[in-house]
Amino acid sequence: MKLPPFDYACPTTLPEAVQLLASHDGDAKAIAGGQSLVPMLAFRLAQPTLLVDLRKLADLRGIRISDQGVTLGAMVRWRDIEDDERLATAHPLLKAAISHVAHYQIRNRGTVGGSVAHADPAAEMPGIAVTCDAEISVVGKSGAHVIQAADFFQGALTTALTPDEIIVSIRLPPWPAGRRWGFQEFSRRRGDFAMAAAAVFYDQDARGKARNAHVGVIGVGDRPLRLSAVEDVLNGQSIDEATIAKADAAASAAVDPQDDIHASAAYRRSLVGTMVERALRGAAAA
Amino acid sequence: MRTVNSLIGSAIERLEDLRFLRGRGQYVDDLARKDMLHAAFLRSSVAHGRIRSIDDSAARALPGVHSVITAKDIGNRVPRVPMRLQPLPDFEPFGQPVIAEHKVRYVGEVLALVLADTAGIAEDALGLIEVDIDPLPAVADRCSSAQNASLLFEDTGTNLAIKFHAVRGDAAAAFKDAPYVRRESFRTQRHLALPMEPRGLLAEWDAARGRLTVSGGAKVLFFNRRTLAKEMGLAESAIEIVENDVGGGFGARGEFYPEDFLIPFAARHAGRPVKWTEDRRENLMCLNHAREAECDVEIACTREGTILGLRGHAYVDVGAYMRTNGAVGARNIAQFMSGPYRIANIDIDVALQLTNKTPVGTYRGPGRFETDFFRERFLDMVAQDLGLDRVEFRRRNLVRLQEMPYSIATITPFESKDEFDSGDYQVTLDRCLDEIQWAEKSKLAGKLIDGRYHGVAIGCFIEGGAAGPKESARMVLEPDGLYSVYVGSSAIGQGLETAFAQIAADALEVPMDRIRGVFHGTTSFVSDGYGAYHSRSVVMGGSAMLAAAANLRDMIRAQAAERLGCAPAEIEIVEGTKAVGPGGKSVPLQGLSTEGISAEGAFLNKKHTYTYGAHAAHVAVDPKLGHVELIDYVIVEDCGRIINPLTVHGQAVGSAVQGLGGAMMEHLVYDQQGQLLTGSLADYLIPTASDFPNIRAIVLENHPSPINPLGAKGAGEGGIIAAGGVMANAVANALSTFGVQPRELPLTPTRIWELVQAAKQPVAE
Amino acid sequence: MSVQFQVNGKKVEVEVEPRLTLADCLRHSLRLTGTHVGCEHGVCGACTVIVDGAAVRSCLMLAVQAEGSEIVTIEGLSNDDDLTPLQKSFRKHHALQCGFCTPGMITTAHVLLSEEPDCDAARVREVLSGNLCRCTGYISIVEAVLDARSAYGHKEQAGDAARERR
Repeated sequence: MKLPPFDYACPTTLPEAVQLLASHDGDAKAIAGGQSLVPMLAFRLAQPTLLVDLRKLADLRGIRISDQGVTLGAMVRWRDIEDDERLATAHPLLKAAISHVAHYQIRNRGTVGGSVAHADPAAEMPGIAVTCDAEISVVGKSGAHVIQAADFFQGALTTALTPDEIIVSIRLPPWPAGRRWGFQEFSRRRGDFAMAAAAVFYDQDARGKARNAHVGVIGVGDRPLRLSAVEDVLNGQSIDEATIAKADAAASAAVDPQDDIHASAAYRRSLVGTMVERALRGAAAA
Repeated sequence: MRTVNSLIGSAIERLEDLRFLRGRGQYVDDLARKDMLHAAFLRSSVAHGRIRSIDDSAARALPGVHSVITAKDIGNRVPRVPMRLQPLPDFEPFGQPVIAEHKVRYVGEVLALVLADTAGIAEDALGLIEVDIDPLPAVADRCSSAQNASLLFEDTGTNLAIKFHAVRGDAAAAFKDAPYVRRESFRTQRHLALPMEPRGLLAEWDAARGRLTVSGGAKVLFFNRRTLAKEMGLAESAIEIVENDVGGGFGARGEFYPEDFLIPFAARHAGRPVKWTEDRRENLMCLNHAREAECDVEIACTREGTILGLRGHAYVDVGAYMRTNGAVGARNIAQFMSGPYRIANIDIDVALQLTNKTPVGTYRGPGRFETDFFRERFLDMVAQDLGLDRVEFRRRNLVRLQEMPYSIATITPFESKDEFDSGDYQVTLDRCLDEIQWAEKSKLAGKLIDGRYHGVAIGCFIEGGAAGPKESARMVLEPDGLYSVYVGSSAIGQGLETAFAQIAADALEVPMDRIRGVFHGTTSFVSDGYGAYHSRSVVMGGSAMLAAAANLRDMIRAQAAERLGCAPAEIEIVEGTKAVGPGGKSVPLQGLSTEGISAEGAFLNKKHTYTYGAHAAHVAVDPKLGHVELIDYVIVEDCGRIINPLTVHGQAVGSAVQGLGGAMMEHLVYDQQGQLLTGSLADYLIPTASDFPNIRAIVLENHPSPINPLGAKGAGEGGIIAAGGVMANAVANALSTFGVQPRELPLTPTRIWELVQAAKQPVAE
Repeated sequence: MSVQFQVNGKKVEVEVEPRLTLADCLRHSLRLTGTHVGCEHGVCGACTVIVDGAAVRSCLMLAVQAEGSEIVTIEGLSNDDDLTPLQKSFRKHHALQCGFCTPGMITTAHVLLSEEPDCDAARVREVLSGNLCRCTGYISIVEAVLDARSAYGHKEQAGDAARERR
């Protein structure tokens, strides 16, 4: 499975990188950690004529925490998120989700931007982006703009990015202290893609009822899904056993997964309900 | 006078580790030659069809491409992959041409071979070859195969390669009056050995001397050399097959595959060394597949639990061709369905059905894993029906010590009588029950604790080994006084070099450091070798070494006698370093002969050894996730005589984890068009370090085998054999409140969840 | 293209196609064949090397991406005259059979132990779950890595053995 032939460039500025992508008529691809792209090249599922390496672009690095929330540079690696102790309080849901990504060696190279641009329907980072209303900042030949996570993921391995665009950073809104959250994932083996996973959070009003509930799931569609039907079950309620049971059922009813070699549609439908149920139980107990 | 401790039985650290740990092993892809060409294979992406044309002009024009070889370049008749085991005339029409001629019959079959300057260019060229194939309906499973509507080999009029028949006693009579009969169907899935190193070959043709050297050999190098010689029109002595370090075999690597002809042919054709390294995609698609089998069987018992008979039908999906050892698994299913149990009346036939999938071959414990799952599941079901304790039911029916040697069912065609050599199956069962703490654990059966149901199960197995007919060894006393050992056995990671050094050192009565090395596999090392398969190396190779050692000592005594002017019988070899004659006159062995003294030895064998034992498992099942946690897994086996406790224990655990992979997650999935859907390691799942962390193996040596001088029995496959049955029974036990009865592997989360859901449905009237 | 980096303490310069992976560059251009290739799609871990202190899958990295890096392979983690403590522990525990996954296991374990000498069995299993082995069944490998912790500064504690059993 040798890689197909391609040219390689390693620009030192963002405008240069954009120019290289734009000039190759859609046949150039950006490479970050390569943990998703290189296997695709190895299977010859992609045959770009030029790879544009982003590793020298300092603009894409760093984790910034401010009153704007958590801003992850596109080249931030899973390892960087793991190592950043601030995130335990600044965004515990992100930390919990990322702990499920792949394996040790991949976590040293795989990046946030790479995962979001690749858009695997069972990947954790796109799931967190959608669940948390993230904003994805991109730069292309027509300049810089922001894409909301809800509009970004358009299908399996399909995003709103045009061939000339590069993700610069991903901003997750600020995370208040006292927020309840939970994350549950089930995969065939540790580190495999999720058969289903649920990310949930909610805040509480003065009477302890849930509000601002966000429920996102991965692995059960061609992109991460926000389950508004489940959020409607939760908002205004105490998160007790009865509410959790309703949320479980609502989650299963809200999705329409496909059969594949790893799981049947019926099983995934049930599984997503269980993931939501267990994530909520974890959130309520904390 | 014996030197200090016996090396046989000692946990000697392995000699081969010294190079493996430092990355100094030499596997075939590590080799390079000047002027070497790289090969890539164009493989069919259609499962069944007639080849209309292959246009390689664009490929040949690609810079860096040397040539493209198709069937027309091979000669008048494209050679066939031979049958090495059970070479029955029935299989002749179903042999595989080494390159597709008129039809393709599975996805992955070779259509063409590209030779280029780099592996990358060779692969680029594949994409430029235009193939025109008229598709034919794909035969996707054994049922459609049996309908004979779409035939793989039109001239034969059938997709049935052969039917084997296992018979003992009079099953018809036994069933006629049986107080209890139950009928069931079971199924195991297609999976494969998946060694960590994919295959590879490096072939070099020396035109001046007419000599061919092929590196990358394993398992059965002498048979392969014989085959290659015939197919290339060369004398056997003109070919050397070299065994380098090998990254696992498990029965699949080392058989004669199409590439084993094509790469040497390409080297002679091109007049340059040719190297091929299989990639993992090819490996999943082209290495022998295994284990896809179904059965529809009946068992007859007394109400007290004595098994009276077993009869029925089994079906094996053998893929598109019969090659080298494709019949072994099927045959074993029939002959070993009774396992270690006394079943007087047996009538089981097994049909080998051809389908448009990769051909099958042996994979560790071939046929035994499948048949053990069928039988052990059946035993638990029967025990439940009759209200019997599962352990006592087994105990009652296990073959007893006093019944050894015990004859098992005869297989036809290829009349094969076999018997268990020695053993006390109650002892290993008892030890296993003890180790898993059965009395305590079985109280948890079916209980819901923290959202999970707990279950336990136990199963008994036998493992056949030591296949004959022969193995050879050669021992040399070097001029410097050290000993070299050459053996026809093959190393595939099992620690052969160390175990054999232990046996050799003990036989020569020297410390291990006087053995310079054990050289294995390569065809130039001994005049006639057989290899590593059917757990035979220690018994066959080891026993051959004992013979060689005895012959060498005789020759040393003869030489020393000449020197000292006495009779050989008066010479005693002391500490392997000097020969002492009457009156204390001695001569050092170092320098006894300036060219060294060499002696060969062989061991002939027509019988099999039977390692035996029991496995037990304790699981916790989450019914919503369908997830099974393996809380404890115990293997107890008796292998007759332990050569190296470290390595035999390693074999048991490693083998068990493979078995657990087969029980829980491994599956080669095809669609109805014969397309392989599990084409990468992201889809074909094998166990990782996190999956089964709690496994214990206890290896005993209470009952040596009477059929070889070492008393050893072949071991290394037992760990895998019982895993499927035990895990399925443990899951059934855990989910007994639901009445869940697994009848099919693997036990994936979806399958377990579906079994629970089905059990929750009210049964239709 | 020409690329320069350091391997096992030595500066190297190689002429490579952009598509050449770091694994193939190490194995075939530099003849450091201790790093093995088992899948070429980033799953098996046999190709693990250390790049700038981190364990990475060299089959997923292009040689050209290694420009200016410090790379350590199994050869750089070995001595001529004797086995290292980690290697000795592998040998003692029979943590290898065919040896094919071994360089990747040793390399990954070495980085883990260097960073986390107090890691427990669960952490070792978690980290090694990215390295496939078909021969050993992993248990002896985990034992070998745990036993080597003292060579990396871990202080044996009473109850270590009891805690490891799960």
